[in-house]
Amino acid sequence: MFLNEFIIAGFGGQGILSAGRLLAYAGMLEDKEVSFLPSYGPEMRGGTANCMVVISEQEIASPVLNSCSALIVMNNPSLDKFESWVKPGGIIVTDSSMVHRKSKRSDIKVFEIPATQLASERGNKTFSNVYLLGKLIKETGCVKPENFEKALYGILSKKRHYMIPEEMEILKIGMEY
Amino acid sequence: MGQKLLMKGNEVIAEAAIRAGCRHYFGYPITPQTEIMHYMAKKMPLVGGVFLQAESEVAAINMVYGAASAGKRVMTSSSSPGISLKQEGISYIAGAQLPAVIVNIMRGGPGLGGIQPSQSDYFQATKGGGHGDYRMVVLAPAGVQELYEMTVEAFNISDRYRIMTMILGDGVLGQMMEVVNFRDEEIVEDINKSWAANGHDNKREHNMVTSIHLDPAVLEQWNIGFQDKYKLISQNEQRYELYNCEDAEIILVAYGSVSRICKGVIKEAAEQGIKLGLVRPITLFPFPVDAFEKVINIPKAFLTVEMSAGQMVEDVKITINGRKPVYFTGRMGGMIPTVKDIMTKVMEIKEKHR
Repeated sequence: MFLNEFIIAGFGGQGILSAGRLLAYAGMLEDKEVSFLPSYGPEMRGGTANCMVVISEQEIASPVLNSCSALIVMNNPSLDKFESWVKPGGIIVTDSSMVHRKSKRSDIKVFEIPATQLASERGNKTFSNVYLLGKLIKETGCVKPENFEKALYGILSKKRHYMIPEEMEILKIGMEY
Repeated sequence: MGQKLLMKGNEVIAEAAIRAGCRHYFGYPITPQTEIMHYMAKKMPLVGGVFLQAESEVAAINMVYGAASAGKRVMTSSSSPGISLKQEGISYIAGAQLPAVIVNIMRGGPGLGGIQPSQSDYFQATKGGGHGDYRMVVLAPAGVQELYEMTVEAFNISDRYRIMTMILGDGVLGQMMEVVNFRDEEIVEDINKSWAANGHDNKREHNMVTSIHLDPAVLEQWNIGFQDKYKLISQNEQRYELYNCEDAEIILVAYGSVSRICKGVIKEAAEQGIKLGLVRPITLFPFPVDAFEKVINIPKAFLTVEMSAGQMVEDVKITINGRKPVYFTGRMGGMIPTVKDIMTKVMEIKEKHR
């Protein structure tokens, strides 16, 4: 099964939307059809943020998802909201330093990475989403790590390019966690 | 080779307008279309154009009236409540027969409503939201690539017929990102605008752009001219997509982002052995009656799906004119119909027409 419908959810400021854009951009570099749909408005302003990403070999019907094959969650409310959306056989990757309960699902694979804690220990919390993306990319094979790197160069402003080698290192840690 | 980029719908509208030769943009911010303004604010100065954040939507639309009178390619954009504020100016521009492009990235109403996607401004867009017997061309793109192509086309259609063209999108289309392929060069039609009131150093007769004609006999003649033009547009400019209609048991009718959800429904239904098709109007005015004539004999029934209480369904019923049953399902207030919502209705109709 090609896992190609993703939801990433958490608080505004955790890099939720950036993570989704990076995935979509990397998918574009592989000549796949991609769509990215962010939540907008009051949800984003300090509340919960989420985005829906589809990466597909075929024409994408709808960018609006009612279910997904893989889910990244970075806070408790997002797990509560989206846990049931994951299709059987799908995966959930949680930031276990922010999500304080286990998933109740037994028909999917769940990966827990204390991403915020790991990123804080490295001295930069903004890297937390990259650990989780690493695991997602490893488990779904949705994009190649080298295209993720190209996506970082394509999306980040030039003054942040110096961070990319470290982000790639973190991606690999996430993949192997 | 064009340029392949991952871009947000709203930004693509702005970029497309600039590529189409639009050098005047007047607007006022409102969610979920403010990125159009952001993009214009950044890019217009770089191409020698005018970006102006007006004091209100009413001011912005009247600035559009001014620039259009001078024969310039001009655009404004807003979302539902802001478009309501612009209606007086829109009626005046229609009366003055001016080309202009208006973007409405719809959100839930009525009133201030909410900020989530909706399609409840269909009546306002297609039936005349302002006063008087006027129409504007209404284009309903369903993805980011189409937002680009339709925006360029909107300027060409507007100039060709001296008419307003509205791009009718919603929060999903404005906010989503997809890959867009920009052409190296735009096909910008060079249209004679000898009617423009743009200064001439007394080298010709004055041009006058106005919507006031106090003699009813004269005003009637103007109106007859308008109606002839709308008829011509109806003949020439209908656009639609027929998707999967051959042998379809039920044909769905939907535009914009909802048509995308309907394509998902068609896929899911096929897995259950149910054949569904889709008529997707791309022009909402002129309503693509030709599309329905092509498929009228195929299905047992039509099902219109909208993010509204049922607005386009009235045009579908007029077009079908009792020849086949027409059903409706939809969500309101910023809620998006799910595949499951639509499938439930499909099964209900299937049961009725066994």
